[in-house]
Amino acid sequence: MSQQRKQWPLWEVFIRARSGLEHKHVGSIHAVDARMAIEHARDLYTRRQEGVSIWVVRSSDITASDPGEAEALFEPAKDKIYRHPTFYAIPDEVKNL
Amino acid sequence: MYTQGLDSLGADCLHQATDAVTLEQRFQSKVDADERIEPKDWMPDAYRQTLIRQISQHAHSEIVGMLPEGNWITRAPSLRRKAVLIAKVQDEGGHGMYLYSAAETLGISRDELIEQLLAGTAKYSSIFNYPTPTWADVGAIGWLVDGAAIMNQIPICRCSYGPYARAMVRICKEESFHQRQGFEIMMTLARGTAEQKRMAQDALNRWWWPSLMMFGPNDATSKHTAQSMRWKIKRFTNDELRQKFIDITVPQAEYLGLKVPDPDLRWDEQTQHYIHGPIDWKEFEDVLKGNGPCNRERLETRRRAHDEGRWVREAALAYAEKQRARDTQAA
Repeated sequence: MSQQRKQWPLWEVFIRARSGLEHKHVGSIHAVDARMAIEHARDLYTRRQEGVSIWVVRSSDITASDPGEAEALFEPAKDKIYRHPTFYAIPDEVKNL
Repeated sequence: MYTQGLDSLGADCLHQATDAVTLEQRFQSKVDADERIEPKDWMPDAYRQTLIRQISQHAHSEIVGMLPEGNWITRAPSLRRKAVLIAKVQDEGGHGMYLYSAAETLGISRDELIEQLLAGTAKYSSIFNYPTPTWADVGAIGWLVDGAAIMNQIPICRCSYGPYARAMVRICKEESFHQRQGFEIMMTLARGTAEQKRMAQDALNRWWWPSLMMFGPNDATSKHTAQSMRWKIKRFTNDELRQKFIDITVPQAEYLGLKVPDPDLRWDEQTQHYIHGPIDWKEFEDVLKGNGPCNRERLETRRRAHDEGRWVREAALAYAEKQRARDTQAA
């Protein structure tokens, strides 16, 4: 039995498709450091000019919300329909509103 | 981002979760409603295991699939063909990486996945255990093998498991150039000298049946199909996809002026489908068991690459750790 080798850490990759757009999560990659993570992300995720900028972040540094708490976190917004413009009835003859 | 939290997740979930039956019902109704399952969501263990098996087999297939074609990079007949082939093989490597990442979200490490491949305990598509003796094989692989792969993969873009579906969307987008470049090679050969045309026919003869086997066993004998369809990991049965592939590929062969090597093949006016002859499932089983023409060679090549690259992986890690230690000291 070979001794468990140390794995290269996992990074999450975010790409800006073109300037004016936000960085978007595209997947993950293994790399020893940030520099290598960027280089590998470039090889893996931008072979067809999919981006002009890359962010990488150690996967272990991301804190995610717990799906078990989804109701508690997101349900309260559900009945607040007055936050949407369609909630308000405005007569047709009133323009530009 | 998904692997780390998973171990603790099981315990956390149990607190809130009612009981396993309710969880399973909630899961299934989400799947039924065509909602996606994401890494941290509760899922039945069998669903997780099925996905790990399927995604990792798929990833291994991409990686091993680089070998039969990589064989021709140094001998491609022109600079254009060589550039295209390098790009295609690089894509296959990339597809393997997307898929390993997707599998890792289910709580298995990249190292474990690769060890399973190298130990021979994980499977990969049996098609890559056939040899590529001529340049026409590169054409036939692109046209038929990638064609069959696309047919299999397009429905997986709507798979219930989010990371797998997203990886598949990327893969399918990239895959269509693979099929077209293969068909272009076949077209060039089919329009060439008598000898070139013979070469194209010979490649079709050798790749046709293995390509049909890529869709897996007949529905009647496929043990995973029913459950996978219920979980929406699979959207069509093996035989449905195989039939679709035959229906679109036979006219393409006719266009090339090549003959599909199936004496029983005929168009059925009534069903509007081709009817094909029996598939030699004994051959399929044999190749799957490891007795195909190239099984041993493929695994040996992967093992050698893994072993010979070990010092690079270790050195890179050691260097990064040293840099980090130095940075901390300086701070």
